[in-house]
Amino acid sequence: MKKKLSIGNKVVASPYLLWSILFIIAPMFFVVYYSFTTSSGAFTMDNITELGKFTDTFLRSIWFGVLATIICLILAYPIAYIITQTSANSQRTMVALVMLPMWMNFLIRTYSWMAILQDTGIINTFFRKIGIGTVHMINTPGAVILGMVYNFLPFMILPLYSVMSKLDKSVIEAAQDLGGNRLTIMQKIIIPLSMPGIASGLTMVFVPSVSTFYISQKLGGGSFDLIGDVIEGEFQQLYNYNLGASISLVLMILILLCMVFLNKFTSNEEGMVI
Amino acid sequence: MEENIIIDLKNITVKYGDEQVLTDMNLYIRDKEFITLLGPSGCGKTTTLRIIAGFLEPNSGEVIFDNKNINGVPPHKRQVNTIFQRYALFPHLNVYENVAFGLRVKKLPEKQIKAKVVSMLGLVNLKGFGKRNINSLSGGQQQRVAIARALANEPRVLLLDEPLGALDLKLRKDMQVELKSIQQRLGITFIYVTHDQEEALSMSDTIVVMDNGVIQQIGTPQDIYNEPKNAFVADFIGESNILDGIMRKDLYVEFSGHRFKCLDSGFEKDELVDVVVRPEDVDVVAADKGMLRGTVTSVTFKGVHFEIIVDLKGFKWMIQSTDYQAVGTEIGLSIAPDDIQIMKKSIYSGTFGDYSSFSEEFDELSDASEEGEQ
Repeated sequence: MKKKLSIGNKVVASPYLLWSILFIIAPMFFVVYYSFTTSSGAFTMDNITELGKFTDTFLRSIWFGVLATIICLILAYPIAYIITQTSANSQRTMVALVMLPMWMNFLIRTYSWMAILQDTGIINTFFRKIGIGTVHMINTPGAVILGMVYNFLPFMILPLYSVMSKLDKSVIEAAQDLGGNRLTIMQKIIIPLSMPGIASGLTMVFVPSVSTFYISQKLGGGSFDLIGDVIEGEFQQLYNYNLGASISLVLMILILLCMVFLNKFTSNEEGMVI
Repeated sequence: MEENIIIDLKNITVKYGDEQVLTDMNLYIRDKEFITLLGPSGCGKTTTLRIIAGFLEPNSGEVIFDNKNINGVPPHKRQVNTIFQRYALFPHLNVYENVAFGLRVKKLPEKQIKAKVVSMLGLVNLKGFGKRNINSLSGGQQQRVAIARALANEPRVLLLDEPLGALDLKLRKDMQVELKSIQQRLGITFIYVTHDQEEALSMSDTIVVMDNGVIQQIGTPQDIYNEPKNAFVADFIGESNILDGIMRKDLYVEFSGHRFKCLDSGFEKDELVDVVVRPEDVDVVAADKGMLRGTVTSVTFKGVHFEIIVDLKGFKWMIQSTDYQAVGTEIGLSIAPDDIQIMKKSIYSGTFGDYSSFSEEFDELSDASEEGEQ
């Protein structure tokens, strides 16, 4: 049943409505508009048909994004679980530690990884000292994915933690009581019940990973440009707003499809946490 | 020691930090009996249950199951199953899968699982509910699923932690009868935890009254009610008038300024004792014919009887009588020898049994706050 909005409600809601129109709906409209027009404003499909030349970049972005998301999940799940097993006090501390890197600027964090991974960087200096020799790390796909995992890991840990910390302890005890060992309880109780957190985490890591641009430039050295880099180039260097917009549009649609797919897989009544 | 003892707790002590939850507890439980741990919140009854289930290790003491020490054996390897206070059903599984959980863990063949689940759902009157979602069930139905799920594992002992606490009165009464009949039909041991004395009295073979981590009395419901060991038990189970008395000699006790004949003996001469008289055991007679005389200060109609508060030289008695007495009338009280229960003085002496501050509202309030706690 829908409630009719009173005048008061409308007044209170209006700033948010204005905000959404100005900063969400209008930009979306412009993305669509630019995608289907030429620089002089005439309708065209060229921007869309031209996208074929970016297929490799699209695929690479999705591939890197998927890899980074899976690695994040594998790392974050045990971390989140371990956090929930500690006392309330240390839970707070550990959650704060997880978020701590986010207090620093994203660009600075990524830049620091350059200094760490470079051939003359901290790790390689250490390797040479102990006689392993230089291991080339920067400007590899691995470095790019590492950057993604490092930057987006908290977005996986936090929703997982939030779901797991709300799990009813007596449900876990009931499973134990009925003969379930640790493995069974993990498989049959904890993982299924933390699905909403997994779904949120996957989305929150995958979306920024697919569309990131700075990480790939700094840690990939330009050899592994992602779709975000291409969009940035079209807008910042080539001033081709129309092509940039059409790439953005396709990226948005791709992300939307991925999310629908994810939700299909993990949906239950409780929905996602974030 | 008796032959058919299934669980034996020996010198169990549990501490949470500085707080002593169980103090040197000794309790044995016979096979196939319905035993109830009864006491107010925080008395250690749930802790005792968790020790038997294996969720909690005692700081000291032994847990013996079937003549074997099971200290340190994890819950999933014990032949006991638990019905949790808030059911703890698996929200992501339907009714069928909830009941089948333990059987699947045991990796039984599908056919056997199906037969067992169907028979368990039949046992708890939930035939045809298999496909239903847990969240679509009422509290009573969820409770039944929890029972079926625990019993499907064919435990030797079923532990029930205030299983009916969340149900309304009518449903609770029905489930009491049902649980008792399930216990008798299956012939397994039930260890039942509750703070509801009426529930304990009507269902149990044996009642264990606990307070402050110490067992106060163990006995049959009749024993506990008729011969409470101390003022705590007398007050906790049913209503009681508890008075200070002096044991003049065997079979004679003096209280409220009158010497009564009683059935108790074995006390020192002139030993100070607590005397319990149940409200329903006091006979109201004409003022001049009674052993004691007092003034009625309040009358409440309770349906079956009137609850009458009588002032006897400052001490207020509660009396239950089918005859109405007007407030202000002077009445006589008469008490038969077998209605007087003498108890040794204990730490609880003087804390219970006077109805001066008695108010039903207050009683209900304290009941409500009790339910909120664990």
